[in-house]
Amino acid sequence: MSVLVFAETAEGKVKNNSLEAVSYASAIDQEVIALVLGDVDESEAESLGKSGAKKVLHASDDRLNHGISSAYASVLAQAVEQFGINLVIMANSSLGDAVAARLSIKIQASLAGNVVELPDTSNGFSVKRSIFTGKAFSIVKLEGDRKIILIKKNSVGIKEDGDGASVEKFDPVLSDDDFKVSIKSTEKAEGDILLPDADIVVSGGRGLKGPENWGMIEDLAKKLGAATGCSKPVSDMEWRPHHEHVGQTGVKVAPSLYFAIGISGAIQHLAGINGSKVIVAINKDPEAPIFKAADYGIVGDAFDVIPKLIEALD
Amino acid sequence: MNILVCITHVPDTTSKIAFQNNEFDKTGVQFIIGPYDDYALARAVELKEATGGMVTVLNVGESETEPTIRKALAIGADQAIRVNAKPTDSFFVAQQIAAIAKQNNYDLILMGRESIDYNGGQVHGMVGELLGLPSVSPVMTLELDGNLAKMSKEIEGGKEQVELELPFVAGCQEPIAEWKIPNMRGIMSARTKPLEVVEPSSAEKKTEIVSYELPTQKSEVTMVEADQVENLVDLLKNEAKVI
Repeated sequence: MSVLVFAETAEGKVKNNSLEAVSYASAIDQEVIALVLGDVDESEAESLGKSGAKKVLHASDDRLNHGISSAYASVLAQAVEQFGINLVIMANSSLGDAVAARLSIKIQASLAGNVVELPDTSNGFSVKRSIFTGKAFSIVKLEGDRKIILIKKNSVGIKEDGDGASVEKFDPVLSDDDFKVSIKSTEKAEGDILLPDADIVVSGGRGLKGPENWGMIEDLAKKLGAATGCSKPVSDMEWRPHHEHVGQTGVKVAPSLYFAIGISGAIQHLAGINGSKVIVAINKDPEAPIFKAADYGIVGDAFDVIPKLIEALD
Repeated sequence: MNILVCITHVPDTTSKIAFQNNEFDKTGVQFIIGPYDDYALARAVELKEATGGMVTVLNVGESETEPTIRKALAIGADQAIRVNAKPTDSFFVAQQIAAIAKQNNYDLILMGRESIDYNGGQVHGMVGELLGLPSVSPVMTLELDGNLAKMSKEIEGGKEQVELELPFVAGCQEPIAEWKIPNMRGIMSARTKPLEVVEPSSAEKKTEIVSYELPTQKSEVTMVEADQVENLVDLLKNEAKVI
């Protein structure tokens, strides 16, 4: 099986989720090809190699510096044809999902996203995917000679003992038709750590009583190197920006450690965090449903517990 | 302005998810318009109210989805099409939508960023590619200036302002519009609005669901006293090994 991985980048760095996709690919194929688009730091070939890529294709055209799904899908389709690829792997993300969808039509591939485990090839090619926002899984069989799978974060982890990769330039033919979407400006969210990418997430809910009290959430996050999140009511009341909303209709996170502080644990919130490895709940109400989803819990007032927790982490 | 809004018929977000005989167990489950689709529909109705024209809702589903389609008509869509088929595969659904779109001249095709049952998030991109149109997702605001759409689109870690000429396909999410609750007049008029049922265009499926599984139950929560926070730090370091 010839495997190609689309490695998504941000600010010249390959995203962790994409390194995980490369790691996943290297468990299936020894000769994984990773494709990076636009400006990428030269040192990134090394990270891709460690994760298991053997060859890195770099299409460096300036027009590929922005994630435009139609253009990216065209480039990937050309790589698929040129290298005789029959399995394309990417990380689930808003860009990855869109690129995969368009690519699947171009190369007539079957497609499954939110994949959480390595494929089962004992009878055809089946993958386990997360459905109902993490509340269930389905085993899906992919038909046809060409397949695309999107990997959900934290499904296999990132490999770090790969041998290294060679870098090759890739010059796809770009058509103006693929650049109809014009990007006028980009706003970056505040904070250094992106919520969907974060390994630790500290989220606050209505129990924090107001936006003025978010200082201690930020302090705790800083101490842990974590990203900050919030519940839906908090973003609805505009205490925090919408992109911090963790839940069924917001960001779905899958960190190693998730703190739910002053969050009761509505089923819609739980749907956004059920990919977390360890959940810590801090809530005044011992009956709050969040304790049923948590691994560790403290019944107490956040205003009392958080400062102590920050101190204990010193 | 001729807008197509594609909606899914999905279990309410509070539903208990269970399976029986290798099918989703619908016992006691309330079905709704997909929450993201509901935002797309609300924005489509607003755009129609501002510029005139027609909103058509499209659902790929069996007859059980008709109450959900009627609700979309009550919210303000003018007419509906149901493609009479079980929506089991993104590619299959995308082909049905593309086939309907080819017969009509839609200026804009809107839908939710993803369905909340199978969470594929791929139908808008596939429809765009099948029709040779650009696709944008997830769209958080959408304003029209003649034929030019100005949108803000969520990207990981921020947002982008993008511009694009009609026609195109968009996957929507909040806060593109407020959900609309049907009023009595809407509910009454929805009963007589046209709902056309068409058979699926012959289209293959590329994936097949073999079986379902439920997540393993979480083990019991370990409680730590509020005045012994250092114990939590110790457990996270030495037991869970996550910090």
